[in-house]
Formats: sequence, C-alpha cells, structure tokens
Amino acid sequence: MTLEPALQRKLIQAVADQVIQHADELVALDQAVGDGDHGLNMKRGFEAVLVDLDKTAVLPTTEAFKAVGMALVMKVGGASGPLYGTLFMAMGKALPEQATLAGISDAFAAAIDAVKARGKSDVGAKTMLDVLVPLSVVLREGGPGLPSRLRASASAAAAATVPMKATRGRASFLGERSIGHMDPGARSSELIVHAILEVLEQEERA
Amino acid sequence: MSKNVGIVIVSHSPDVAKGAADMVRQMVGDDVPLAWCGGAPGGGLGTSVEAIMTAINAAWSEAGVAILVDLGGAETNSEMAIELLPEERRHRVVVCDAPVVEGAVMAGTEASAGSPLEHVRRTAEELRAA
Repeated sequence: MTLEPALQRKLIQAVADQVIQHADELVALDQAVGDGDHGLNMKRGFEAVLVDLDKTAVLPTTEAFKAVGMALVMKVGGASGPLYGTLFMAMGKALPEQATLAGISDAFAAAIDAVKARGKSDVGAKTMLDVLVPLSVVLREGGPGLPSRLRASASAAAAATVPMKATRGRASFLGERSIGHMDPGARSSELIVHAILEVLEQEERA
Repeated sequence: MSKNVGIVIVSHSPDVAKGAADMVRQMVGDDVPLAWCGGAPGGGLGTSVEAIMTAINAAWSEAGVAILVDLGGAETNSEMAIELLPEERRHRVVVCDAPVVEGAVMAGTEASAGSPLEHVRRTAEELRAA
C-alpha cells in the first residue's frame, strides 16, 4: 500500500508535532516512575524525523515507516528508541500490498510482536504494550465509528496503566511505588495514535 | 588485531563508562581490545545506538565482543546496535547480564587469558549469582 505523499507528510508531521508539544508532560510522567528522560528523548527522536521530512514524505510508505523507525532508533537515546523504532520498522516491513483492514491489522500485530521481542515484555507490565495491544483488538474488529473507538481505546488503555505495578523498564525499580502513575510510554503511544486519527478524520471530512 | 575477546562498556554516563574502562585497562593493559561509550545522541545522559556500533567496531576481535551495560536503555540500545551490525559480526557479540564496573573488570581479566566469548560472558555473569 502507498499513501499519497501529501497525506504521508501530514501524518509524519502531526505525529512529530504531537510528541514534541507534549515533551514536558512526558518528562513529568517519567519523573514520577522512571528517570525523567522519556519526553526529551522522544522529542529529540521526532525532531530528527522532521529534519528528514522532505525526503521521507515522498518515499514509498513501507520505506517511510522504516526511515521514521531508524531515525528514532538512532536519535532517541533511551530504550524507547529501539522500542518505537522497532514498532515503525516492523510495521513498514509488514504493510500489505492493498490497504485492507485485515492486512493493516496483521501488520500492526506483527509490529506489536516485534516490540514484545525487543522489550522482552508483554501486556500487564505497565508499558506502551498496554495501549498497543488493546488497540490492535479494536482495529481488527473494524466496523462503524472505528476512529472514535480507536481514540477511546487508546485513552482508556493509557489510563488503565495508572493502577498497574510496573514489572519492566526503569519503573520496575519502584515496585509498588509505581502504582498510581500513568506509564509515560503508554501516554506517548496514546498521543501518537490520537495524532494519526486526527489527520485521517480531517481527510475523511475534506 | 588481538586474538582476545574485545570488551565494550556502555553507560548512560560517559564519565562512568570511561572510569570503568580505565579500571579494565589498568588490570589488563593492552592485551584486550577495549572501547566505551556513554551519553545520548547530542549529549545528556543516555545511550546512542550509533556510538555503541562505533565502540563495537573499535573493540572488534575475531574472537568476538562482550558488552557490559548499566541500565535498561543501555541494554536495549546495545541489542539494537548488534542487530544493525553486518551479518557476519552479529553472532559474535553478546550483552552480559552483569554489573557494569565489576562485570567489565571480570570480563576483561577473563578475556586477557585468551578465553572464548562464552567463558568471558559467563565469568562476568557469575557476579549476578554471587
């Protein structure tokens, strides 16, 4: 599948802007349970993505995903670099020839499996996977009002990390004390999903 | 090129990485290829996949390279760096599950005796069990 370069550009720009604008919030969340660098790391990564935007926007979509992923791997500086980088690169690799819901769902599932392997983690450990996995279920179901259900799923899933005890990542050092705070990686996943949906909904209205 | 296993030290802090490397160097002299890196791309605490790849290549030995890391992100970034290496090098680099300073000194000492990569890794990782 290949997106129109104009749409591809909008999507990359929107995701990067969203993450960069929320850097302080992500730092604050990470200060509560980790080492406080998630927001700055993600900002640095997506600033690098924007530097290459002119080039990436016109790439075939599979290649664009890989390029975004590689920029994050190289520039983020924390574990979220390889984790988000792997998500984007694996998604790019698995994208279907035709843009069908089943094909995109399969690609997203493959990307999530790659993140699980990279992070040696799964749902319930208070990580980005606690947003991505429920989201993949809603995506596969499809049906009417899908964008708004995806949006709601991402928000509910990020909020659901608040009472969880972290068992992976720096937050796991805190044990019980990680309970009561939203996972910063779950929040950044929610933000990215919302940015993508906003662009797609605008396109649909236009 | 040395026949001994190379050692790479990866810390979020360049000061920690350099300090640990100094300690290894004092123990083993120039018998072991040794490189270190620390700090995020562009500075600040963190680790850089690119810098880790450069360090692996700098400490490269046909016997392989053992990496010592401090905290989670250093491990994940090191695993990512290994995957981005050329195929023929990828399988001769390991990340040790060991404390960075003590692990580096133990691994360096074992490497200087000419031990194979698996022994070097095991020696560093024995610190975990102790």
